[in-house]
Amino acid sequence: MRLTGITKRFGPVTVLRDVQFEGRAGEVHVLAGENGAGKSTLIKILAGIHSDFQGGIELDGRPVRPRSPLEANALGVAVIHQELSLIGPMSVADNIFLGRTPSRAGFVQEAKQRDAARHWLRQLGLELDVSQPVERFPVATRQLIEIAKALSQNARVIVMDEPTSALNAPEVHTLFTLIQSLKQRGCCLIYITHKMEEIERIADRVTVLRDGQWVGTASAAELPAPKLIQWMVGRDLGEQFPRRTQHLGAERMRLENFSVFSSGFSSRPAAAGVSLSVRAGEVLGLGGLQGSGASELLLGLFGAYGTATRGRMFLENTERRFTAPRQAIEAGVALLTNDRTATGLVLSLSIIANATLAGLRPLSPGGWRRPVRERQAAEVTTAPMRLRTASLESEVGALSGGNQQKVALAKWLQIRPRLLLLDEPTRGIDIAAKREIYQWVEQWTAAGIAILLITSEMPELLTLSDRIAVLHRGRVTAEFSRDKANPESILAAAMGQTECE
Amino acid sequence: MKFSFWKSALASPAGRAFLALLLVLIAGAIFNANGAFFKIGTHRDTLRQASVYGMLACGITLVIVSGGIDLAVGSLVALAAVCAAKMAIHWNWPWWEVVPACLAVGTLCGTVSGWVTASLRVQPFIATLSMMVLARGLAKYASGGMKVSTAVQNSDGTYHYVEVPALFRAIDHRVLGGNLSVVTVIFLFCVALAWLALSRHRWGRYLYAIGGNEEAARLSGVPVVAAKICAYAASGLFAAVAGLCQAAQEQQGDPEAGSGYELTAIAMVVIGGTSLMGGRGGIGLTLLGVLTIGYLDKILSINAVPEAGRLVLTGIIIVAAVLTQRRGRT
Repeated sequence: MRLTGITKRFGPVTVLRDVQFEGRAGEVHVLAGENGAGKSTLIKILAGIHSDFQGGIELDGRPVRPRSPLEANALGVAVIHQELSLIGPMSVADNIFLGRTPSRAGFVQEAKQRDAARHWLRQLGLELDVSQPVERFPVATRQLIEIAKALSQNARVIVMDEPTSALNAPEVHTLFTLIQSLKQRGCCLIYITHKMEEIERIADRVTVLRDGQWVGTASAAELPAPKLIQWMVGRDLGEQFPRRTQHLGAERMRLENFSVFSSGFSSRPAAAGVSLSVRAGEVLGLGGLQGSGASELLLGLFGAYGTATRGRMFLENTERRFTAPRQAIEAGVALLTNDRTATGLVLSLSIIANATLAGLRPLSPGGWRRPVRERQAAEVTTAPMRLRTASLESEVGALSGGNQQKVALAKWLQIRPRLLLLDEPTRGIDIAAKREIYQWVEQWTAAGIAILLITSEMPELLTLSDRIAVLHRGRVTAEFSRDKANPESILAAAMGQTECE
Repeated sequence: MKFSFWKSALASPAGRAFLALLLVLIAGAIFNANGAFFKIGTHRDTLRQASVYGMLACGITLVIVSGGIDLAVGSLVALAAVCAAKMAIHWNWPWWEVVPACLAVGTLCGTVSGWVTASLRVQPFIATLSMMVLARGLAKYASGGMKVSTAVQNSDGTYHYVEVPALFRAIDHRVLGGNLSVVTVIFLFCVALAWLALSRHRWGRYLYAIGGNEEAARLSGVPVVAAKICAYAASGLFAAVAGLCQAAQEQQGDPEAGSGYELTAIAMVVIGGTSLMGGRGGIGLTLLGVLTIGYLDKILSINAVPEAGRLVLTGIIIVAAVLTQRRGRT
């Protein structure tokens, strides 16, 4: 399998530039890179999800161009996505043969399908009741069912996108044993991971992408961890943005052994035993790769998961526990969520309505709204943001991403926050808007607001943060002061290498 | 010039809803059934007939804006009508007891549907469908399965007739020299009330936010559960008002009354341009929708279009209206 000269653009943005990638039969080839390096896009091209790209794909020396996931499957490429693509209420056998159900005159041949499903599962050393619905099995088993599905399609190239993110240690062990046996069968495995330990354990070769460009390919033995991290970070950080001046005040918020059980108490907590503190006027950066649990940590302390948190939180030395976002807002805590269209804004409402939504109570004494006061309040919070819009009555859905983000920020400034939780404040916005947000961070800290910042962009993390705590699988693996922070050690900690200053 | 006028008229949902009403009225002026359409009595009757539906539409608008649906209002009309007739005719309660008691029954039923859907997280369709069946059952239970009329059964099985209560006579009355029905006045009062709630009260803004993006609303501190329960309670309240008017107009409480009314009311809301997905719309639009369907029905009936044809035409026109509403939104 070989990919050459792959270039892919989304609108004006080039996400992949002249990338090459090659996989041999019987090898595990790890694809590594920071968030947004272009790994997923590359995989989606291989899987036929994005079919408009430049460059070529070769399979066994023949040029191919899959135009749909179905075509990619037929060519022998199977992708096991992070979010599994099985249909929960349908049986194991039905899932394995979905779209290829053995049938006669339109009627499903149940017995034949069950036997075939058992056959493929047995190849993986798995004995299951294949007539049970998939949703009754644990995630690890479901992953194996996906692999069985891939095998049954005669897949010769199997792509696994962070397959271990939902698995516990014994399950990971089972998966790795299976990967060894798939190697011996001559499959080419492409494996995406954020975990250093996994790269060391299973990789034959490693390819690193950075900012949509190919950095290098090397055999795992020739690529020790420090060098790998250097490849991943590699870019010249320079003085892209001016560094902030420090405005440290008294401690504003402290977490002690704080855990967030975002998917119920029975499963692994998204954030486990986190202890950290942030001072007035300070920016505490939370570093981490996908699945680090940082977003869940912020949602949890904000009360978005109700009572599904454990541990203690102190706000200005008073112990508090928020079980609803409303309580947090009343205490002066604001959370800018990481997805403005899904969880941040009401796109069908006007700029004024959105900008005053969190602080509507004081603006409407006695319950009756004061449209004039709302407009004035929205003007005050949005004036420094220089929104590009004809009127504050415009629907937020009609604005550009950067302007939408500004409205989301205006909403939180309206409540005069004392603690601002920013989750990916610059995601998907243009460079000019980004710079403006950096300036405001400076102004907010000067005004004494404490900020917890999540960002997947390393330069942003380094320029904005006074201190950086790094999370890996829900735990703090390292904490750096701003002088000692460097991309290499942050990334190493984010990939699970524990070290302290 | 002409083109840009149409374009700007069609740019807003209100413009489109107004245009639909205008087209219906023009059709009425053309097919005026030998001048019947130009008589004031025709308009008075149209408004009177649309009023009960309109009251339901006001309540349903609140629920739909919040992203829900309320199917129970038709049954609540029957329940409230039966209660009103029972209290006013059989038990001889004075109006200041009948009215609050009736409204309380409707509000309570609405609160229960709201609680089931908002707190217990049952889909609104299912929650209110259950209330629709349950309330119909309660109406039949309260009435013994028969119409509660001014013919009151004696203990020996014979009947004696009592007078129509003053409350009913007052509601089924005309004002302004006989040119406006009291039910229409009540309907307009409901419109004003619902408009105040939706457009001028904090709660109304919360409903729009919940309908537009419930998760964003919750994370912005909106009391989602309470706001939703109140919307269903208000819908029950408006349904009870409608039931009271229905009982007054029929001078009886019919446990079979109001069946299918919820669908007409939903059609009125939707034809006005309020989105069934929630987050967009308003009471002004609903008023236009109520008038459109009310007049459409009247024009077809004064032209002696048989019921079969009337229903078919109404169905087609609803789809056409909704399609134009959607086209304007892309």
